[in-house]
Amino acid sequence: MASSVAAAETAPIAHTDTPEAVVVRFAGDSGDGMQLTGGQFTLSTALAGNDLATFPDFPAEIRAPQGTLFGVSAFQINFGSTDVSTAGDAPDVLVAMNPAALKTNVQALKPGGLIIADTGEFTKRNLEKAKYDSNPIEDGSLAKWDLLAFDISALTLEAVKPFGLGNKEALRCKNMWTLGLALWMFDRDRQPIVDWLKGKFAKNEIVANANIAALNAGHAYGETAEVGSHFKKLHLDPVPHTPGLYRTITGADAIALGLVAGAQLAGLPMFFGGYPITPASAILHNLAKMKEFGVTTFQAEDEIAAICSAIGASYAGHLGVTSSSGPGIALKGEAMGLAIMTELPLVIVNSQRGGPSTGLPTKTEQSDLYQAIYGRNGDAPLPVIAASTPADAFECAIEACRIAVQFMTPVMLLTDGYIGNAAEPWKVPDPKEFDPFPTTFLTEPNGPDGELLPFKRDARGVRPWIKPGTPGLMHRIGGIEKAIDTGNLDYAPATHQAQTDARKAKVDGVANAVPPQGVSLGNTSGKLAVVGWGSTFGPIHQAVRRARAKGQDVSHIHVRHVWPLPRNLGELLKGFDKVLVPEMNTGQFKTVLRDQFLVDAKPLNKVSGQPFTIAEIEAAIEEQLA
Amino acid sequence: MNEMTAIQTTLKDWESDQEVRWCPGCGDYAILKAVQRTLPDIGADPATTVFVSGIGCSSRFPYYLESYGFHTIHGRAPAFATGIKLSNPELDVWLITGDGDGMSIGGNHTMHVIRRNLDCQIMLFNNEIYGLTKGQYSPTSRVGTHSPSTPLGSVDRPALPCAFALGAGGRFIARAYDVSKDLPEVLKAAHAHKGAAFVEIFQNCIVYNKDRFDDFTAKANAAANQIWLKDGEPLLFNKGTQGLAMDRDLCGLKVVDVVDGDWEAAGVTVHDVKNRALAHMLVELPFGPFPMALGVIYDDPRPTYDEALLGQDAKAREGKVADLGKLLAKGQTWTVGE
Ligand code: SF4
Repeated sequence: MASSVAAAETAPIAHTDTPEAVVVRFAGDSGDGMQLTGGQFTLSTALAGNDLATFPDFPAEIRAPQGTLFGVSAFQINFGSTDVSTAGDAPDVLVAMNPAALKTNVQALKPGGLIIADTGEFTKRNLEKAKYDSNPIEDGSLAKWDLLAFDISALTLEAVKPFGLGNKEALRCKNMWTLGLALWMFDRDRQPIVDWLKGKFAKNEIVANANIAALNAGHAYGETAEVGSHFKKLHLDPVPHTPGLYRTITGADAIALGLVAGAQLAGLPMFFGGYPITPASAILHNLAKMKEFGVTTFQAEDEIAAICSAIGASYAGHLGVTSSSGPGIALKGEAMGLAIMTELPLVIVNSQRGGPSTGLPTKTEQSDLYQAIYGRNGDAPLPVIAASTPADAFECAIEACRIAVQFMTPVMLLTDGYIGNAAEPWKVPDPKEFDPFPTTFLTEPNGPDGELLPFKRDARGVRPWIKPGTPGLMHRIGGIEKAIDTGNLDYAPATHQAQTDARKAKVDGVANAVPPQGVSLGNTSGKLAVVGWGSTFGPIHQAVRRARAKGQDVSHIHVRHVWPLPRNLGELLKGFDKVLVPEMNTGQFKTVLRDQFLVDAKPLNKVSGQPFTIAEIEAAIEEQLA
Repeated sequence: MNEMTAIQTTLKDWESDQEVRWCPGCGDYAILKAVQRTLPDIGADPATTVFVSGIGCSSRFPYYLESYGFHTIHGRAPAFATGIKLSNPELDVWLITGDGDGMSIGGNHTMHVIRRNLDCQIMLFNNEIYGLTKGQYSPTSRVGTHSPSTPLGSVDRPALPCAFALGAGGRFIARAYDVSKDLPEVLKAAHAHKGAAFVEIFQNCIVYNKDRFDDFTAKANAAANQIWLKDGEPLLFNKGTQGLAMDRDLCGLKVVDVVDGDWEAAGVTVHDVKNRALAHMLVELPFGPFPMALGVIYDDPRPTYDEALLGQDAKAREGKVADLGKLLAKGQTWTVGE
């Protein structure tokens, strides 16, 4: 998204007049429903017309023991009356539902920021679980923040009393009470949430009504002065967006939709072979609900079977798609080689997470770039595309489908845990905006004298796609090196040289079929280019904008086609004195750029499982320009 | 098997123009011929027939047949076959694998393709050795097999492919061997079975495991050591002089002598391809004290995976229009005005 400087940087929220953007973090026990609260708050924000970006941050454990530090689940949202493009560096408001949530999140809070804490949960036992020696609410250790502590638990129990729920069930309404308060703080309409609650608990009217009562009670609590001394109601004006229909979208949703759109544009049914893995499973779940678009989903017995079934489907004339995260992608490597060797289309989605091995399953990282570009045995090139935002993932998925079928090649689409889970507003595209790329299958022999040549290449080096079931075109394919044109087994030295060269030339040629690299922000030459790929888009963009606002000569270049690289990228980079490459790995794209263009690219690396903050990149820009 | 219109072909029509590259005398040649003989008999159409294989000597098979063929990667042929069949259920899918390919590296996929009951024929060539990699012992090698990787003899117990397949939920289990004249009949029965049809074929690797199956395949041993199973007929072997009968105390089969052909008097069991308990006994019969059970051991079809899954998908599509614009605008939306 186009962006401008997010303002609420300096003064603590509680004391400023209306800021341009606000960052709120909801944190609680994983059983407290923080992701739901965040999701509904996001919806109300979108409906209010603010720009927004979110960052869900949840634990790897499904049901971590209650009240523990590692069981804390958080949801951060940055929203404003101006474009925001990141989930925000430091929160202005922290809602802490228990001591563990406070402990793990308070250090991120801006000085002077507002803490809203549920005193009902600050019991001796919970304080111990959070490893607090004394109660931070009482011992003055939170002095540099503004503290609003009251017994949300008790207030919730009071509010839902008429519904006769058990204590445990009643306390589950706490998140709605808190949401109600948050809606009051930011002057939001409660009705959409009420509608949503009615739908969600359609089968249990009592629970629906209890939650609605809690929501209203939280809202009323804001209304009735108690909060007033700490916080006054804020209203952020809507962002002037391009007119049209909008919704919020996460990367996982966008990829599923983009794949469906891509298959439709190719005129092909889609086969999706997947295996459950965090954080990629959401794509399988989404597609499993889209059967009417000619989608077949298959949950395979393992990652290898998932990709092999997808290749089998492509062989049979479907658009084969598989998806996983780093560990699963590693298992699929051999099969990718077969798809490269047999020159069949395939889309492989990698939702990257912290690695190596099991690593950080629920945290984000960009450390599978080498794996994507180089990670197979033999000279096995394939195109790699990286999505930069949740909304961008939609177009990238279409692009992956297009390249796969037009070049008869597997294509890897890189996304990551952050893009997958983060939400942003999305202007719903009209499917007609996209040019179709209809597929053709060979129906008759293509050689002289009626001979079939399954590996005869066209001018771009692409072989024909031949579906089994086509009369008269019986032939055999496999992973063994093959003769030019006929595809017959052929281990001759000259053949392997020629076919290796041909496979490389074909993939290199994809660069001719993608748009030239542009500059996201700034000039096409100058002192410093900040070059990014993937989900670092938001923080780089904001950092460059701020630097430029200070008069610094810096540009932002964001690369979607990370392999093969756009034809003009080398020239473009040479127009800058310095090149800085921020990435959430130890410098992989930096090395690729150095290798490809002999450019003195400098790394800025972060592998903490958390996205870059704007400030981190801003500081690195300062340093480069100093 | 899938419903298809019978096509007239001859053995010659199924020979591809590729030079066959197995060692001279390899049992694979006989199996190839048996398949090329079977396909015309069942009215198969080369255009809708797909042979899918993994890696190993046996997996070169598709190259030599004039049909569609996919020589894939080691052990994974069942997964490719699944994608192919689900994408086009009209195709008649044959899976070619070996003891290393199907029982070792691909054991997981073999289990699942059978468990799911994908409509296909699975031919597992069992030569009890790794041929293509030059003679290492395999998961079906007998204890004490000397090989480059087990110079002192292997110590681990072999897997029984048919028992494995039945245990995985197989609904068609059969056994034969390369040079048997009855192999085409077994293949025909496998093809006639709707669902995953598993056929173990003992295959002579004359280079690394020569004559391993002579104990029952050699002419002199055949009568006494083979028992060919026929649905509805008594379990007789050794020219009708011996049979298999139920040992009620041991809950298993025992060998009984049959005098003057009176098998009923000897209590010989009648084969029933739908009797799963009997199938379990037959696939586990220890060779030596018992003859090798060959032919169709079990054949009791169940709904196939492809039918069930694609049927469910078709139902989900009923009455729905694939409106991409609507899909993109799903959920809560808002409009920004001019
Ligand atoms: S090594 Fe054995 S199985 Fe392989 S082709 Fe030669 S004889 Fe046949």
